Amino acid sequence: MKTSLSWLREYVELPAGITASELDAALTNLGMEVEGIVDQAATVIGDLVVGRVLTIEELTGFKKPIRFCTVDVGNDAPQEIVCGARNFAEGDLVVVILPGGELPGGFRIGARKTYGRNSNGMICSAAELGLSGDHSGIIVLPPSEAAVPGVDARPIVGLDEVLIEVEITPDRGYEMSVRGIARELATYFDVPFTDPAALAAPGATAEVPYPITIEDTVGCDRFAARVVRGIDPAAQSPEWMQRRLIQAGVRAISLPVDITNYLMLEFGQPMHVFDLDRLNGGLVVRRARAGEKLTTLDGVARVLDAEDMVICDETGPISLAAVMGGETSEWQEGTVNVLLEAAHWDPVMVGRTARRHRLFSEAAKRWERGVDPSLPLAALQKAVDILIEHAGGTASPDVLDIDNVVAPVALTLPSESASRLIGLPYTAERVATLLRKIGCEVTGDEVLSVVPPTWRPDLVAPIDLIEEVARLGGYNEIPSVLPPAGASRGLTPAQRQRRSVGRALAENGYVEVLSYPFVSPGTADALGLPAADPRRSAVRLTNPLSEEEPLLRTSLLGPLLGTLKRNLGRGRRDVALFEAGTVFLPHLTSTAPPELGVDRRPTNAEWAAANAIVPEQPWHLAVVLAGDVEPAGWWGQGRAATWADAIEAARVAIAAAGVSEDRVTVRAAEYAPWHPGRCAAVLIDGTVVGHAGELHPAVLAALELPKRTSAAEIDLDALPEAPVVDAPTISTFPPALIDVALVLDRSVPAAEVQAALAEGAGTLLESVALFDVYESEQLGEGKRSLAYKLTFRAPDRTLTSEETITARDAAVAVTASRFGATLRGA
Amino acid sequence: MSYRNDPYDPKQAVLLAPESLEGAVAEAEKAFAAAADLDALQALKPAHLGDRSPVSLARREIGSLPPAAKSDAGKRVNVARQAVQAAYDARQAELEADRAARVLVEERVDVTLPWSRRPRGARHPLTTLMEHMSDVFIGMGYDIVDGPQLELEWANFDALNIGPDNPVRGASDTFFVDLPGLVMRTHTSPGQVRTMLDRQPPIYIVSPGRAYRTDELDATHSPVFHQIEGLVIDEGITMAHLRGTLDYFAKAMFGPDAKTRWRPHYFPFTEPSAEFDVWFAQHRDGPRWVEWGGCGMVNPRVLTACGIDPAKYSGFAFGMGVERTLMFRNGVSDMRDMVEGDVRFTTNFGMES
Repeated sequence: MKTSLSWLREYVELPAGITASELDAALTNLGMEVEGIVDQAATVIGDLVVGRVLTIEELTGFKKPIRFCTVDVGNDAPQEIVCGARNFAEGDLVVVILPGGELPGGFRIGARKTYGRNSNGMICSAAELGLSGDHSGIIVLPPSEAAVPGVDARPIVGLDEVLIEVEITPDRGYEMSVRGIARELATYFDVPFTDPAALAAPGATAEVPYPITIEDTVGCDRFAARVVRGIDPAAQSPEWMQRRLIQAGVRAISLPVDITNYLMLEFGQPMHVFDLDRLNGGLVVRRARAGEKLTTLDGVARVLDAEDMVICDETGPISLAAVMGGETSEWQEGTVNVLLEAAHWDPVMVGRTARRHRLFSEAAKRWERGVDPSLPLAALQKAVDILIEHAGGTASPDVLDIDNVVAPVALTLPSESASRLIGLPYTAERVATLLRKIGCEVTGDEVLSVVPPTWRPDLVAPIDLIEEVARLGGYNEIPSVLPPAGASRGLTPAQRQRRSVGRALAENGYVEVLSYPFVSPGTADALGLPAADPRRSAVRLTNPLSEEEPLLRTSLLGPLLGTLKRNLGRGRRDVALFEAGTVFLPHLTSTAPPELGVDRRPTNAEWAAANAIVPEQPWHLAVVLAGDVEPAGWWGQGRAATWADAIEAARVAIAAAGVSEDRVTVRAAEYAPWHPGRCAAVLIDGTVVGHAGELHPAVLAALELPKRTSAAEIDLDALPEAPVVDAPTISTFPPALIDVALVLDRSVPAAEVQAALAEGAGTLLESVALFDVYESEQLGEGKRSLAYKLTFRAPDRTLTSEETITARDAAVAVTASRFGATLRGA
Repeated sequence: MSYRNDPYDPKQAVLLAPESLEGAVAEAEKAFAAAADLDALQALKPAHLGDRSPVSLARREIGSLPPAAKSDAGKRVNVARQAVQAAYDARQAELEADRAARVLVEERVDVTLPWSRRPRGARHPLTTLMEHMSDVFIGMGYDIVDGPQLELEWANFDALNIGPDNPVRGASDTFFVDLPGLVMRTHTSPGQVRTMLDRQPPIYIVSPGRAYRTDELDATHSPVFHQIEGLVIDEGITMAHLRGTLDYFAKAMFGPDAKTRWRPHYFPFTEPSAEFDVWFAQHRDGPRWVEWGGCGMVNPRVLTACGIDPAKYSGFAFGMGVERTLMFRNGVSDMRDMVEGDVRFTTNFGMES
């Protein structure tokens, strides 16, 4: 909503010297968002004076015609000024900015030599003064008593206005008018307010000015109209009205149309002006029939919905009610007889119609937020008055007013409920006073009966009244008190795990990223997911920002590999990233959730049924690595990231989540998008929780990523809760160390060999560590040697060498029987 | 002294002469002192302390002496030998100390050499900032709740008094999916709805996390962003409690000078509602009020829809953008830096923001 201070001052007696910042604070504290307050007088700095052009000398020989002028600016000697405009003559009054001044945009004016002449100042155009976009020439002032050479030109050109632009919240339609804002400011500053709508206006007469039928009084609960005949079609809107419209951001069109716009801004009452001679027969206000057509003023042929309201004559719909008029009935150039309409429409209907037809007109914005239904007659009267004053004509004495408006109902407000919610003492008297200020009728003592004013359709419940008390009493008066919170339960186990996992990976060299979860349909192909892979079943956004990426990720890897690529593209060679976030896994069948109301809590059964359709959204963790995981340096070579780093990252994460190593196993797996020979399934207690390893070469080629790029992804929600850990018994007896080198088939996984050793070694085994993997021809075709260091220790004694060897032999025996392992060199 | 019964060559007894012994000691002391290092000293040992050394040879001569003289001669040889040994030991200690000092000098390294063989990673500042905020609320007695990001429309809108005709429910604000009744949550508040459905008051919770709106990515907007929203429902909760909570939180985040300022506003789920600014003294362009978030008293309609008796309980809710907080707190000027995942941005923050 844009308006000006002088317009507001017509209706509210604001303090004379009010500053922009005081106005800003007042509007802000009233709940309007101040987009801008511009004091136009301050936009042009220095001397801006009226001048009379004395002489004009045409300069030739330049690219464009130039004039050298002498101008009387009230000094003894005329001012010499060079000017490029040509729309003025000797003797004209113009606007001159003198040297030392500054135009909007920081354009400083000096005395300078140009086109071979001295130029001391500048003759201004409206555009240069920021008054309009008119660059076509300089301003030529009409002769007037005020326009004397040398006087300040600001008031004469209208450059003395304070322009105000505020954003109105959707609940306060009444503030979308000079009337509403003036009333609010009067309340804030506690100064007198004059209601512009409080004017004498005749009510409905027995004879109507034009036959009109309202078929749907829900959609249109009031319809008033007046007729004026014989207006001068050439009459212009008065300059003051045009200026105010322009300041409000509204284009001046014609006197009748400008009047309706002006009153919409002043009263908040959108109006419509029909050409009486273009109406065919009586008007009918009704719902549109589905499929009916209407060409609106913007030239768009619209197909109507059964919920839209239309005004029809015998030819059919002629206006999309409350939103936009139609081409065939609207005022047009040459119109001499007009029908002025001021109605009241259902806000819900208008909102839906506006959205349906994407017609967010100034009128629709006001209807949707709520318009005072008591305004039509006053608005019509003022419209008729202005029209006749400036265009002549005769108003019909007949007044149409079909009024089905339901009066606001009284609300019951226990006065202490305001204090109870606000936390600041408010007496019943103060509550009543504040509510009266905004126009409520208040009766009663402790329990107040409050009838909201007609312009406040938002006041429908006691809480709405309490809000007004808090707002007018001042939000910033409310004290600061901590509530009596109980004790927190702390983070949940899952929240603790996520934090620990994030820290552990960061400490291990991975950098966290937070990717968008949007992926393209091609991602599944790029990742080489098999046709039946459940990760191919993704939720699709119906209104994605990018048609390229309409799907929600079912794996973190797609977006994460995109981020990896971005980093590589920016010249980074060694990148290790991790991301923890949700994936979206739709159920195979989808049904609509049950209708849940808001008048009561859904039953547990309803709530469970609704939640059953919500896709699973487990929290996943993924890492990707490319380049060196340990950089080269003065110490020597770097070490390239491999499949093993990715698997270790999974182990690090699982350990950080509080799951002990003995519950974690790793086994070879074939799973997209990993290299089939370099992919590990990671298991906890025998259940697969994720995969890790080197990515498939074809996937890396498709995604244009470096060879050997490795990755891991695990389902964090599948991790068991970290258990309470049993403390170990620490033996103080010495360990017995013994190495075994086993020869076995290369296909036997090391993890299984180690598990077998541990199983066979029994309880004396403290640890087992693989320290060498060796292959050679001597070992035999397809064989390899795995060398382990076994550490034995007893809790209660020093082990004898016999005990140690017996345990070692038992360990080796299990590998022998299970995998045919032999002791190397034996 | 008489040589009457001496069966040996008297010439040999010369070594036992006091001046000879003194000379041997002096000779040894001089030689030891001249030894430049431990090896040289070691090499001198046979000549002065070995079997053929003057003091050892002198000891042999004792046997040739008359019994009466043996004791005296023995004492003198011992004294001499101890003197030589002491001289040796002293020099050895000296040289060892020299060597130890020299080793320390020789082992000097350039401790400024880099050793970044295992590069450090980093956590995203939005993550650590959300954790920081959550921790403050845990300290205030709140629990942290999560909820699905692809959410029931009812929980995201209807239950929060955002009716079917509210424009924010249109496709120009909200992401819809090909499943009926679901949207990408437009705020983290549905997590609060879920909590209210699960338990009765007192409720003190915050829900940090991701939310989605159909804004194109630019310097100040992102279709995916993070919020932290709080909800308190208890008996006798007032706007003063809301202010106290926001002020306390502001001070915990930004220091003792921080405070909040409210502006009346409209939200469907709260009434009265306000937007609030925080006084941020550390702003890089100087202390100032910064827009921070929205808040208000929970609308009784919300309580009713969630099964909480509005006649018995009241409550407040508030929320702020985590990106916005990071932007003014840490001087991030472009939203895209937070979403692009450039490691240079994130690494700058390390393990905390």
